[in-house]
Amino acid sequence: MTTDTNPRVSSWRLLLSNPVTAASGAILVVIAIVALTANWIAPFGVNDVNVPDALQGPSGAHWFGTDELGRDVFSRVLVATQASLRVAVISVTFAVIVGVTIGVVSGYRGGWLDTIFMRVVDVMFAFPVLLLALAVVAILGPGVTTTILAIGIVYTPIFARVARASTLSVRVEPYVSVSRSIGTGHLYILGRHIVPNIAGPLVVQTSLSLAFAILSEAALSFLGLGIQPPQPSLGRMIFDSQGFVTMAWWMAVFPGAAIFVTVLAFNLLGDGLRDVLDPKQRTMIEARREQ
Amino acid sequence: MTRLVTHPIARFLARRLAYSAVVLFGVLVVVFALVHLVPGDPVRIALGTRYSPEAYDALRSASGLDKPIVEQFFSYIGSALTGDLGVSFRNGDPVTVILLERLPATVSLAVVGVVIALLIALPAGIWSALHEGRVSDAIIRVASQFGVSVPDFWMGILLIALFATTLGWLPTSGYQPLLDNPGGWLRHIVLPALTVGLVAGAIMTRYVRSAVLEVASMGYVRTARSKGLSPRVVTFRHTVRNALIPVLTITGIQLATILGGVIVVEVVFAWPGLGRLVYNAVATRDYPVIQGAVLLIAALFLLINLIVDALYAVVDPRIRLS
Repeated sequence: MTTDTNPRVSSWRLLLSNPVTAASGAILVVIAIVALTANWIAPFGVNDVNVPDALQGPSGAHWFGTDELGRDVFSRVLVATQASLRVAVISVTFAVIVGVTIGVVSGYRGGWLDTIFMRVVDVMFAFPVLLLALAVVAILGPGVTTTILAIGIVYTPIFARVARASTLSVRVEPYVSVSRSIGTGHLYILGRHIVPNIAGPLVVQTSLSLAFAILSEAALSFLGLGIQPPQPSLGRMIFDSQGFVTMAWWMAVFPGAAIFVTVLAFNLLGDGLRDVLDPKQRTMIEARREQ
Repeated sequence: MTRLVTHPIARFLARRLAYSAVVLFGVLVVVFALVHLVPGDPVRIALGTRYSPEAYDALRSASGLDKPIVEQFFSYIGSALTGDLGVSFRNGDPVTVILLERLPATVSLAVVGVVIALLIALPAGIWSALHEGRVSDAIIRVASQFGVSVPDFWMGILLIALFATTLGWLPTSGYQPLLDNPGGWLRHIVLPALTVGLVAGAIMTRYVRSAVLEVASMGYVRTARSKGLSPRVVTFRHTVRNALIPVLTITGIQLATILGGVIVVEVVFAWPGLGRLVYNAVATRDYPVIQGAVLLIAALFLLINLIVDALYAVVDPRIRLS
């Protein structure tokens, strides 16, 4: 087989040939490296209070300025980005594992199990994302674990819908019925034929969900219900900046810009991935409408 | 009567109504379970430092939590369906009254937000689709991606810093009821509604654009063009009008999402709506208020979806026949 006819290679080529997708992928790689090494590359400790240096504008010593306690905003943004990405990645991984399992089993088995699973998913969709997350926080109390669980639970039904819809269309493909007719086990069919063929829409949804998960975490932390001090979080840094925004704009602008750039990169990557992997665009909104 | 029942729209609506009732029942189960899933004793947690054995017993019996769980479940469903959502753990006020006091602020914010979103999304989305591949299309697409990626609370704070604190054109926060003081209402709603509307407008622009593009690729549009109709007639009568049908759905979803999702914007602007109520109730562990607000918002979500489905069935015959 030549590389030109190998679909996987041509997908990579298509992805990289789109400059916006390639650039957003590159930005995410940089953000990931910065986040992973944040504790080493941060020039100051995140809780190093230095009141005489409070509310200093951006300078050579403090690239993003200092906050009301003289803490270095740049160092705090780096470490908070790490925390934000960690919450987003763990919660979306949770949603992918649970949601895809429910969706694939539901779509493949059909019958009463499918009906029950999908009604449960419908009920979960009746709650707006942040409200459902707040309800989880109300039950378990604020904190990082709750935030991860809340965001994971909120995004599970989306993956269930997308996986089920894709499974339904793959299930009737000739290669699945042929495989079944020669007596192949269900688990083998699911692992070998169904899951690899529904991966496209799921990869797209994962990228878009990571974007929304970062926004959700930031919102929860802004409200004081997510990541708790002394651990810095981008959402809480923006909350704390409220009283100082006209005299110290950097306290609000840089943490917000960190969220914005990361979310934008995941969204643009998701769009680029969709053009290549999921031309039918079966993602969140479509999934929400399919009942 | 028979004709009414066999009418396709009536049948379709009956099916949707039954479906919504099933989902509403599920919502009620979740909302009821909320207080029972709290690890430990919710009444004890809610009382916090105000705890005394007398206060504990009084609150427990007032909220019905001392009864067997099956009895609690049926009495909760029965009361909720008749509009009785219990009393607040904080001040003993009926939850239904508290919710109805807060509802107008949230509804006005959501409606003005969606109007702003449509004012942005319709022209931008249609223009973008009709100029596909051109520079203006690229600019609109990038701008809408920016809008989708901005944290709404951050934008709210920056808008306050610019228009309220620095320029002094508008108040930083607060709310005035529309009927008491229309001018004050307008001045107070501009910034929060703009925050909500810009984000929703960015999301909706993408849907308007793809809806117009999809209709433009249909056979009847090509036919209309090939039989010599003017571009203006083809664009507006054949393309845009039909593209508005899916736009209706996304408008409904956005309205419902905003009604339940403006929590953070309400906190930023000290807007006395349902979102801020839920936030304060979570902070003070006022479970009956959390339950009531979650139930109301989910019910509104189902209602709006039902209305959108009904409108959809009226304007698009294919839906009700499928």
